[in-house]
This record gives sequence, C-alpha cells and structure tokens, in this order.
Amino acid sequence: MNIAVCVKQVPDTTQVKIDPVTNTLVREGVPSILNPFDGFALEMALRMKDLAGGTVTAISMGPPQAEAVLRESMAVGADDAYLVSGRAFGGSDTLATSYILSRAVAAVEEKRGAKFDVVFCGKQAIDGDTGQVGPEMAEHMDYAQITYATEVVSCSDNKVRIRKETADGYDVLEAALPVVVSVTKTPFELRFPTVKKRLAANRAQIPVITPEDMEAQSLIDLARCGLKGSPTKVKKSFTPVRNKVCNVIEEDSLSASAVKLIAVLSNDKKI
Amino acid sequence: MSQYQLMTDDQKDLCAIVHDFCKKKVDPYVAEWDEKSFCPIDTVKELMDLGFWGIDVPEEYGGADLDVSTIMYIRMAMAYHDAGFANTFSAQTFGWKPVLLAGSEEQKKKWGSLLSEQGRKFWSMCITEPQSGSDAGNCKTKAVKDGDDYIITGNKCFVTNGGVADLYTVTACTDPTKGTHGISLFIIDRNMPGVSVGKHENKMGIRTSNTTDLALDEVRVPAANMIGEEGTGFKTIMKMLSRTRPTGVAPAVGVAERAIDLAVEYSRNRLSFGQPIGKLEGIQFKLADMEMKLEVSRSQLAYSASLVDKGIYDTLVGSCTKCFVSEAVLDICLQAQQIYGGYGFSKEYPLEKLVRDARIYSIYEGSSEIQRYIIGKTLVGKL
Repeated sequence: MNIAVCVKQVPDTTQVKIDPVTNTLVREGVPSILNPFDGFALEMALRMKDLAGGTVTAISMGPPQAEAVLRESMAVGADDAYLVSGRAFGGSDTLATSYILSRAVAAVEEKRGAKFDVVFCGKQAIDGDTGQVGPEMAEHMDYAQITYATEVVSCSDNKVRIRKETADGYDVLEAALPVVVSVTKTPFELRFPTVKKRLAANRAQIPVITPEDMEAQSLIDLARCGLKGSPTKVKKSFTPVRNKVCNVIEEDSLSASAVKLIAVLSNDKKI
Repeated sequence: MSQYQLMTDDQKDLCAIVHDFCKKKVDPYVAEWDEKSFCPIDTVKELMDLGFWGIDVPEEYGGADLDVSTIMYIRMAMAYHDAGFANTFSAQTFGWKPVLLAGSEEQKKKWGSLLSEQGRKFWSMCITEPQSGSDAGNCKTKAVKDGDDYIITGNKCFVTNGGVADLYTVTACTDPTKGTHGISLFIIDRNMPGVSVGKHENKMGIRTSNTTDLALDEVRVPAANMIGEEGTGFKTIMKMLSRTRPTGVAPAVGVAERAIDLAVEYSRNRLSFGQPIGKLEGIQFKLADMEMKLEVSRSQLAYSASLVDKGIYDTLVGSCTKCFVSEAVLDICLQAQQIYGGYGFSKEYPLEKLVRDARIYSIYEGSSEIQRYIIGKTLVGKL
C-alpha cells in the first residue's frame, strides 16, 4: 500500500492573540505546530501501514521552515517526505492550494516511480478552518473521497473501508482505490516519536518540489497557482463582538421555561 | 521556562519527546502516585520503549549509546514532571556501569544486551548497608569462595529500584583483612535462591522512586559473575563515581525549573493589595535570585557533562557540581514555596512536593558533607 499524507505547519492558534486595533492575528512569538487534524491523518496512515504494509509519504506545501513538520512526520514513522515550496505558490487560496497539492502528489509519484493508493489529509487546518482542501484535491485528481474519517476498518489491494463520523453517529464507507480520505478528530492520538526515528529524521534529506520543476515537467499550470489562481478575496476580517448579556429563564416548571424560551426567541426573530 | 542555549537540535528534540510523553502520561497521575508512594514502572517502561532502553550502553552491546550530555538533558526533562520518575529511569543501567568499566568482553556482551529494548531489564546498584553509607568501604556483606562459586550473605539497603530490578550489582567482602582492597563486585540475578527484596522505604520525597532493602542469604553466585579481579570492587566503584557524579544531580535542575515556572506564573496571577504580587520588588528579587542559581547550576552541569564526554574525569569538578547544584536547587524550591505562601504549604498544590523531592539531592549519592570533604582534601592535598 502506497500511502501519502498531506500535512501543514500552522501557528498554535491556542496561543494566538488578536490585535484589538487591527483585528488581525498577532503571530509574533507564536510557536508553529503540525496541524492537529493532520496529526490524526498521519496516525491513521501509519495504522493503515501497520495493517497492510507499504510506505507512508508525508507531503507539505509551505515555506522552507515547514520542513519541521515533515521531519516530525518522519520521527513518528513516515518513510519519506517532500516539501512543496516556491514563490509562485504564495497567496494561494483553497482552490489553488488543492490544485497545487494534487499536482504535487503526481510529482512525488513520478519521483518515487509508484502511484499512491490512498491520500490522507486532515479535515481542515486550524489557521484557516475552511475544510475545503481535501475534497477539492479529490476532485482535481478525479479520485473517490471519504470525509470526516475516524478509523480504517479494513483495506485490501483494491479497496478500503473507512468509518466516518456523521451528525447521527457513524457510517462505514467502502471505496475503490485510489481514494482521498480527510480525517476528523480520531479516538486515538498521534503516536510518540522514537529516539532512533527522531534522530534519523533530523538527518534526512527532504527533497523540495518547486513550481519551476513542476512546470518544466509539464505537471502544473502556474496560472492556476498563487494569488492569480485564487478566486477567494478576503474583504475584511474581524473579531466577533462577544455579547456577554445572559438572560436566565426560570419559570415554575421546566415546561413553562421551555414555552417562555420559545416565546422569547420567536419575539427576537431568532426562530 | 529558560533554556540552556547550547543544547543541540537533537537534544532539544529528544527532550521534547520526554516532555510530550510526561505531559500526557505522568502529570495527570503524579500527585496520586506520590501520595501512595507508587512507582509507575509500567509507565517508565512505556517511555523507554520509545528508544530509551540502555541509554548509556554502547551500541555494540545493544544499547542506545547516547552521550552523557544528552542523557543529562533527558533526565532533567523527566524530573521537570517528576523527580522520582527520573530517578527510576536513571537507575535502569546503574548496576551495568561497573561491568562496562571492569568487566570482561564476554560479560559486556552477555549482560549489556539485557538492558536493551529486547531485554527490558532493570539493573540496580547495591552498595549501602545499614551500618555504612558514606563509608562504603565498611562492607559487611561477605562472599566466600566455594568451588567455582561464591556464597554471598548480607543486607543491602536504600537500593534504588530494588523492588523492580531484575539484576543487582552487589559489593561484597572477599577478604576482610584487606579493607577496601578486600571488596569485590558480583552480578546477582533476582531469581537466584536466597535473594529477597525487603521493605519499601517510606520516603519524604522522590516517593515514586522505588527504594528497598535487599537481603542475601547464602546466595550461590558463579565466579563468572564477578566483575573484574577479586578485591578490585571498591576501586571500580570509585572509578564509576568519577564518571557518574558530575551529572548525577542533573534531575535536580528539572525540579528547579518547574519550581521557578510555577512561582513566576503564581506571581503574575496572585493578586494582593489590588495588584499581582509579581509587581512587587520583593518578589521580583526573590525570582531573580532563584533564576541566577538555576542558570549557574545548569551551566555548571553542562560543563561537567562536557568533561565526561571528552573523557576527562575530574573529581573536584564532580564534587563541586554535585554539592552546589543540590543545595542551590533546594533553596530555589524553598523560595518558590515562600512565594506560594500558604498554598505552598498545602498538599493540594504542586510546590510542597517539589520541596520534598528537592531535599534528596544534598543527601544521596554522596552527601554535601562528603563532597566538601573531597573538595577540601583535594585542594589542600596531603599535609
């Protein structure tokens, strides 16, 4: 089984503060971490490898320092890693990012001489929270896709069964390979690195896939990358005003409180 | 937390593994373990399964073979979360060290691999006896030659990991007429007839570290289990201490780092007279004194570890480091407790445990008095 996992380096948003004047994120001094959902995806990929054998390849698009999350991925068990990086990719929105990543998967396949059977990614990155890149990648590659995955139930040479979270509980879906799987919070955490793998990861050469290389190989249309390939325009970002007013509805009985609540919400045109 | 800036990326990354593991697997339970004086040996082994078995055993004998400096930072990182946990970990290979220094190639190959991830054995060192602590030469445990074996009888106490170890290295007297030159070292398997683990010491601090007596009742030990020549045991122990003492006290720094982090956080948040107490110069000066002692302790340990890594075994430096750091760390913890006020005296808060844990460092592995004796004697020389 050839497994790819897309990972992203993100600021630790639990430590990010909002500038009260500009309403933008204050990123200075905030540590960068592996996107937690990508950590779940990585663990799921490693479990699939434990189950079926094969290799796990980590791929990240980002600036040179994003190499850190690739080394982190190798420290827990990824066999190799590729950084997708270049000025032409800067400013990409989800559409451009998913296009670049889908082409990067093809570039890595070419370098490794084998197609990936499964491409894992986290359901969303905690800095953008869009949740669009995984499904869009599947569309770009014309692969089947399973979203909100929480566990690999079984896998064979030509198909995979995945448990996915739903609003009511869970479904088990079967998909023919190749498939893109986007992973939500799983019941398990990313395994700890081992001493040997951590030290080996620190010494590993991480190949960089650049826009120029990909264009030279006719693997990418640079007009679809970066700012010019991004239809999303951010008009304004702001911190929602937190209304701390709290009305307590406490009638004689629970049902009377419920009736009052309905009346209040209805009156305020909330329902 | 301030950090020693000269740590390599590898050292930082290995410490990050320890911190990550301990945050999840030690911090939530440590208060309960401390209360019950429970040694979480399975959790220690779980961490070691990440590649920390036989951490100082050379690769050719199956170990992880990390340098002394790196091991020191790893032990500091562990002690940041629990000093007893670091103690259990640190002592895994303690009994092996004399084998490495004085054992035969056959012994190294046979026993070294048992400490690796495949063997998963703990190996304790047993020197102290009820009547002899600092004067380790006053050894009453006897080893009498009987054919190809030795019959060993005696009582050891304050054995770190005594109840969880699989192997013991024991000092025993093979010739009572020769003083320290009559002491020999033996490898004893826990399963040998006549070996029994005694009572667990109910200690003031490092309560998650297992400390027991060990009774040896006519234990028949093959002569092949003797480390080095007969009568060379004391010399080997002294040689071992010259290598282990310079960084033996390293976990104390982890305890001090935790104490300072807690004290700083508390002084930022604790309001008194309408303002955080951290605004008061009296508190800031206290914190400054604590940080100075921490910085100097950490730097001194880094220097000591570098010397050992370069093969320089300086008794004077080792004793100075052990004595200074152990006393500085206790003082740091006491000052942190003072900043915490009444909450520092309560078992519901973490400072009280740190003070109890920090107390051990100027007592064990050569008390402060013994270290000053060594330092003074080395300076003055024979008169």
